[in-house]
Amino acid sequence: MATEENKSAAEVPAAKSGAQPGAQSGAQAQSQMVPVYLPLIAGWMVPGAGHFLLRKWGRGALLAGSILAMFALGLAMHGELKSEVHDILDMLGLAGDLGNGLLYLVSRLAGLGADKVQVTVADYGTRFIVVAGLLNVISAVDAHNLRTGRKS
Amino acid sequence: MTHFAAVVLFALFASVVFGITQRETPRSMVRYGAYCFVLFVGSAIALSWIMFLIAR
Repeated sequence: MATEENKSAAEVPAAKSGAQPGAQSGAQAQSQMVPVYLPLIAGWMVPGAGHFLLRKWGRGALLAGSILAMFALGLAMHGELKSEVHDILDMLGLAGDLGNGLLYLVSRLAGLGADKVQVTVADYGTRFIVVAGLLNVISAVDAHNLRTGRKS
Repeated sequence: MTHFAAVVLFALFASVVFGITQRETPRSMVRYGAYCFVLFVGSAIALSWIMFLIAR
């Protein structure tokens, strides 16, 4: 059942472009060999990895560069990496931070990021880190959509 | 880093991701990314002026 759904979804872009269903390029055929949820999980763990798996090198590089730069700038501005939750806003912030995947875990283990925001720029840095995580989630979902054929 | 530089960088990176993920063709990606960038920076400048005038 799930296989049938994936198959029909994969045929949508070909139908949109007017191409024959069997006329998929080699790159498209190879991207269909990747397990359905792998681009989603890989894209969450490492920014851009989902697109790289699907051989979308340019898109992946731009997404990875943007998300990594945003996360690094957040850390450089002494932004806070959430580790504990005190209220609902902290919970949302932690959810955003977790969107960074391995970046968040490695940074926590390395002791990067401030424990407490003390200057205005550090508050901006905290937002940069949270938004980098949210953008990474959007990027991972986009990779999943490319894999299933909802997007070309 | 100045606050305006932070706004511009934020707008740039967010617009790149929005452009790539929300559109399908390269041309429409660039157009949508530029549109988001202008909206981000433009609204930041407009709100800054509004807050400046209110505070006077």
